[in-house]
Amino acid sequence: MNQTHSREVIVALEQGLHARPADLFAREARRWQSRIEVVGNAQRVDGKSILDLLTLAAEAGTRLVVEATGPDAREAVDAIGSLFEHNFATEANSALHPDTTDPERQPPGDASGERAAV
Amino acid sequence: MKFSDFVAVEAIRPNIAATSKEGVIREMTQSLVDAGKIASSEMESIVKAIMKREDLGSTGIGRGVAVPHTKHPSVNRLIGTVAISQQGVDFESLDGDPVQLFFLLVSPPDRPGDHLRALENISRQLRDDSFCKTLKAAAGPQDVWRLLEEADAQSIAS
Repeated sequence: MNQTHSREVIVALEQGLHARPADLFAREARRWQSRIEVVGNAQRVDGKSILDLLTLAAEAGTRLVVEATGPDAREAVDAIGSLFEHNFATEANSALHPDTTDPERQPPGDASGERAAV
Repeated sequence: MKFSDFVAVEAIRPNIAATSKEGVIREMTQSLVDAGKIASSEMESIVKAIMKREDLGSTGIGRGVAVPHTKHPSVNRLIGTVAISQQGVDFESLDGDPVQLFFLLVSPPDRPGDHLRALENISRQLRDDSFCKTLKAAAGPQDVWRLLEEADAQSIAS
């Protein structure tokens, strides 16, 4: 049964959503059957395509909406949301300033968004 | 960030000889040295930094395209070049395909936005199959440059 789920995420990566996190995003998105789209910066792109994700040019602080439609939409959105929550933890992000985890930048009303990026 | 804002025309290589990942990166970095865009004394350091980035995950982003890149303190603005391999190079790409089109970027450490906008422009154009096809068929540096200028003009118009 197809369902649609969406959630807002915020790019906390100091360097923005560059090639490496875009790769991690697309890899995660491709694990799910659902169609996954990302809306932001006045565009709607395919979340399974690195090229598409890079065209968002999403800098630090950019709000994006991840939208999944398909049988595993909820799980897909959660999994991708988790990447953002952990600030793409495999990213070499030791240089990140602590203030990029400013609570104001967390998705509103999302309790699971409390986990701070490392 | 248009191609003409960061691509060094004198460093475009439409027919590179290298057959390995490091070979391509080395040849492209050398082309930027030859074009006077980076100091020859920095060459080894830049090649090493780009290879280190590749270790984190290939910048072969699929569709026969790779964007090897690094930040480096020796440049004061984003500088890049384009190379084409007629035979294709194994770049450990995400989709496993050999890479024919290379965009190499070196950016100042404090300008992540410029790097992001250069990636945006490259990826936007590369989604266009006819752009990729025409680029691969380019006969000389001037052909490549003309195509990049045309893409710039179109992205302004749209």
